[in-house]
Amino acid sequence: MSVDSTTDTAPADTPEPATAATATAATADTATDTDTATTATTAAPASVTMTKALNQALRDALAEDENVVVYGEDVGRLGGVFRVTEGLRKEFGPERVWDSPLAESGIAGTAVGMAMAGMRPVIEMQFDAYAYPAFEQIVSHIAKMRNRTKGRVTLPITIRIPYAGDIGGVEHHSDSSEAYWTSTPGLTVVTPSNPADAYSLLRESIASDDPVIFMEPKSRYWMKDTLSLPVTTAPMNRAEVVREGSDVTLLAYGPTVRTALSAAEAGAEHGLSIEVIDLRSLSPFDDETVSASVRRTGRAAVIHEAAQFGGYGAEVAARVTERNFTYLAAPILRVTGFDVPYPSPKLEEYYLPTAERVLDALESWDWEL
Amino acid sequence: MTIDVPTTGRALPQLQPISFIGPDGRPTDTPTEGLTIPSDRTLTGLYRQMVLVRRFEAQVTHLTRQGRLATYPSAAGQEACEVGATTALSPNDWLFPTYRDSAALLTRGVPVSEILAAFRGDWHCGFDPQEYHTSPAATPLATQTLHAAGFAMASKLKGRHAATLTFLGDGASSEGDTHEAFNFASVWQTPTVFVIQNNQYAISTPLREQSNATMLADRAAGYGMPGIRVDGNDVAAVFAAVSAALERGREGDGPTLIECLTYRMESHTNSDDPTKYRDAEEVEHWKQFDPIDRLETFLRDRGVLDDDRVAEIAAEAETLAASVREAMNTEAEVDPTELFAFVYGTERTSLSEQRAQLEAELAGAEA
Repeated sequence: MSVDSTTDTAPADTPEPATAATATAATADTATDTDTATTATTAAPASVTMTKALNQALRDALAEDENVVVYGEDVGRLGGVFRVTEGLRKEFGPERVWDSPLAESGIAGTAVGMAMAGMRPVIEMQFDAYAYPAFEQIVSHIAKMRNRTKGRVTLPITIRIPYAGDIGGVEHHSDSSEAYWTSTPGLTVVTPSNPADAYSLLRESIASDDPVIFMEPKSRYWMKDTLSLPVTTAPMNRAEVVREGSDVTLLAYGPTVRTALSAAEAGAEHGLSIEVIDLRSLSPFDDETVSASVRRTGRAAVIHEAAQFGGYGAEVAARVTERNFTYLAAPILRVTGFDVPYPSPKLEEYYLPTAERVLDALESWDWEL
Repeated sequence: MTIDVPTTGRALPQLQPISFIGPDGRPTDTPTEGLTIPSDRTLTGLYRQMVLVRRFEAQVTHLTRQGRLATYPSAAGQEACEVGATTALSPNDWLFPTYRDSAALLTRGVPVSEILAAFRGDWHCGFDPQEYHTSPAATPLATQTLHAAGFAMASKLKGRHAATLTFLGDGASSEGDTHEAFNFASVWQTPTVFVIQNNQYAISTPLREQSNATMLADRAAGYGMPGIRVDGNDVAAVFAAVSAALERGREGDGPTLIECLTYRMESHTNSDDPTKYRDAEEVEHWKQFDPIDRLETFLRDRGVLDDDRVAEIAAEAETLAASVREAMNTEAEVDPTELFAFVYGTERTSLSEQRAQLEAELAGAEA
């Protein structure tokens, strides 16, 4: 990876910017890079936000393939409430990038028809909880079309879903809905934790002939890295070791990669060597990378913002245990949100899994084993 | 502050359903909103196809009662909608059917065995959608209406001279996706024709408990698209209305909603008991509006159909019925390992592991 991912030094529990984001997410303005030049060749290394990386990925995909279209709520003139699609309508015109009526099932359902007709729709669900009206279209049609037609009809649809919290969002703006999608056969689910992966994974998602749920961690939109675009990082189906260690493996994705890295940093001060894996791909799950790490360390914990019961971490813990039981010195832990609805802004710091909570969890193991 | 008051652009459909041929087989004097009756040649073709699909429905329903198919939703009585609308399509147009539209699939040229694959339990969709320009039949109600709108949007963006047609029922008209599809299609001005087959029942729930609208076609006005209501048992009216709407769409004038008044003569599926929600008198009453009888009378009166031609078509229908029985007698081979074949473009490692597990089980069972 051609990225210096240590440039991000923000403490794990401080949203940046720290103001409350509402449905209009005006805060996104402050960090949006207004440079909209098309990047045909690799640009000189520059400070790039995740928002900018996503924006550039969409721009490059639109420029490269005339079948790519981008639509959703407010993605045209406004450029999306998080400005991910900023400038694209102006550059490619309203026949490639446009504002759709405000109806998520309609957005997903029309994408099915468009993909059947040879397009590559990239659609946006404005916020995670607003993807729920599209659930039937995604689960009953988008996920199943290849299967029910024996591969005769494929749906190359990318569904972008800003997810997770830690942005001081009002109700229904901070859900982590990944388990709904990962438990649906036929869907590929990926989530970047940094700008370089945001670019590379989005390009690969759009190029995929299968439907991809592309989950964008809202609290990381404003994270900056120094990198050159375009950039190609690890393949879409692979996890990545982002910090090496020998005592324990932390499995994180999206917003919790930063949490895990903070925990590793703090752990090191106490003599604990923590390895951090950024899963990147939630479905499929990269058994190879994870098992190799866990077999070396003998201990693992999975971290996510979503509630614990029936969550993605349950699958990870079960799966990794099944495949590596004899290598494990301790049960795999889940450090997650509590089993409660996502709380209001003043309470989210108590809900979110913090680096401290991760370290506390690790202390619960009997380290003498 | 001033508010612009629109002076044009909103019209409700006429109350009287458009029809050319009355239940008695005589020409009607109903206003037809500029539509013209199809030619004798077209009407004869529609007659033949309706006879064929009715025989098909009867044969499949019979086989289902014998327990040969898991379930079957028949469109008996709705032949004019199924055949009239589908025949209006050009080869480049696409059809987005529901589970009750086997007759439309047959009309579109899908082979019997491929239609029955789903009901026989072989595979969810037995035909190649690309070959017949026909989407897999949608079971979740109204979901296909959005696919039709989206496909038509792509057609429009790519400058193809092609439209989409989708069927839905009076029950499905209550679904949110129907509302969203009407709205998306109209805002985007897509070449889409929505045909509501108002057959009076959603399984057991009568229309009066489904909608309080004066008529379902009225809804079109709220979306800024034309709505029309036709006698859904007059194939001439259905064909004319759908043909005009498809052409309107292809010419760039956007979607149309067509409500076809018809009646489901059979139960919802074989597992349904219609005596619990409608009486025999009502079913008997609707027999006088039969779509095939009236067209036969009409064409005989016009001198374009005679006993010989009627017998010829009836014989053709018997041949079709025989092919249905044959299709059901042929046990389709299913390959258990195909479970894993079409989930993703590239088989995942975890699926390969599960495939190996199943293959080992199968090998063990053989040993």
